[in-house]
Amino acid sequence: MILLKLRSLLPVFFLLSVSSSYGSVKENVLLQDTISYVSPFAETNKGCFKCHSLKRFEYTDEVSGRQKRGLMLPRMILGKQQFYKSNHKSFSCTDCHSHDFAIYPHPEELKSELHFYCLDCHGGDPAYAKFKFEEIEYEYRKSVHYGLEEKGFTCWNCHDPHSYRIVARNSKSLTEIVAYDNSICMNCHSNKKTFELFSDHNMVNFKRIHKWLPRQKVHFKSVRCIECHGTLGKNILVPHYIVSSDNAVRECMECHSDKPVAMSSLLRNNSNFESAEPLIDEAGLSGIKIIGPNRYRLIDDLSLKIFTALLAIIGIHILIRIIKK
Amino acid sequence: MYLYPVWVRLWHLLNAILIVILIVTGAVMQYAGSENPLLMAAFAGASRWHIIAAIILTISYLGFVIGNAVSGNCTYYRINEKNLFSDMGKQLKYFLWGIFRHEKQPFPVTVDNKFNPLQKVTYLLIMYFALPLLIISGLVLMIPDMTLIKLFGQGTYIVIDVLHIILGLLISLFLIIHIYSCTIGPKPTSLFRGIITGFYGGDE
Repeated sequence: MILLKLRSLLPVFFLLSVSSSYGSVKENVLLQDTISYVSPFAETNKGCFKCHSLKRFEYTDEVSGRQKRGLMLPRMILGKQQFYKSNHKSFSCTDCHSHDFAIYPHPEELKSELHFYCLDCHGGDPAYAKFKFEEIEYEYRKSVHYGLEEKGFTCWNCHDPHSYRIVARNSKSLTEIVAYDNSICMNCHSNKKTFELFSDHNMVNFKRIHKWLPRQKVHFKSVRCIECHGTLGKNILVPHYIVSSDNAVRECMECHSDKPVAMSSLLRNNSNFESAEPLIDEAGLSGIKIIGPNRYRLIDDLSLKIFTALLAIIGIHILIRIIKK
Repeated sequence: MYLYPVWVRLWHLLNAILIVILIVTGAVMQYAGSENPLLMAAFAGASRWHIIAAIILTISYLGFVIGNAVSGNCTYYRINEKNLFSDMGKQLKYFLWGIFRHEKQPFPVTVDNKFNPLQKVTYLLIMYFALPLLIISGLVLMIPDMTLIKLFGQGTYIVIDVLHIILGLLISLFLIIHIYSCTIGPKPTSLFRGIITGFYGGDE
């Protein structure tokens, strides 16, 4: 239904494009090796995948009747397997793209086909209300990433509709959630070419810049970048308000304490998420302990008092020894 | 009188350096936070050096246990169970009262009896109870994905974590008392000189 609505409202189509590098990283974190899903549009989509899943393509020119060959632009290469595991796996390519893409070679004007962004389809639709897309948009607009839009940054850079799948909401494996979500960040932040598309800064070596973080490998495997680099909105599951590195969490106790607030997004289970209650529920976080040494204020305060008392006793002892000498 | 053989002095020196490193780095990690930006800046280095020192300390501790057993140094730690509490009471009374009245030490240092009853009990508790537990708990903290956690749950981890912190604090308190009590000798420097040269400067 939403697709019909979109077709009527936006008779513009966008170019089929996907970054192959995204796919390869995400592929590594997929737990399933096989695709059990069979798309009702598998046959229809096959025509697109025939060329768009390959580096080199070949087609018959409908005018001249001659065989033509060419190299596919990397961003046009689509991972078929990733697509059929993605959120949009049930789609036909022409649900979002023009039917004119069935013409080979594709008409020139299709190159300017406009993209749909998340809100174009998911905004204001009660069927997607639980995802709180409007709040995601609101949070994203505060994010440092939003400032990159003038350089072409869009939702697609993190959530490519041809491959993105919701893991945080569906997976019970924290390891899988962390690996998948971090791979999204790493696609730009460990890839100089992609990074420099949107940033004038030099790409920093993320291992070096996190040198201060003890047990770096364990942290990178156990928490998502967004736990420290994002601020969680009130009602959304995943932080989309990405803060500047200066404002990232550096306080261990944000996680390593009785209330691991910084990890509340990651730790929240699915049933909590479906409830109408605000997601930042400190009471719900009580008692959750994070693997790794925690900091206990009581021990801190008590120990300082004991040390002070001991030093005072020793001071008095020394004083009496001097007096009674 | 010659009290401290070379291996004991070398072990003691190494142990002292490592314990100081461990306490300082442990304190940095314990008290670091947004309210202490300097400690926060030192956090990564402290964490790294804490692990390095801890590994060396573990090896040196095993060396100490073996050395004690082989050399017979362990006999100095043997306590007189019968009069343990009364002897400890005598020693404590001396530290808190007798010393100011220039009384004689109730348990003067001899070649056969290097430690007073309080020292014996404290050293025994520190070396054969606190330190092994500290090392084991530290190893668990160092390798957080250990099967132990998987088997017994995160609760175990929290207990081990708190235990490690408390034992670390106790050893820090011990160090302060240990250093101060070493000023109580024929001269304030006698015991320090003794542990460096091996010779203790006479009776009190």
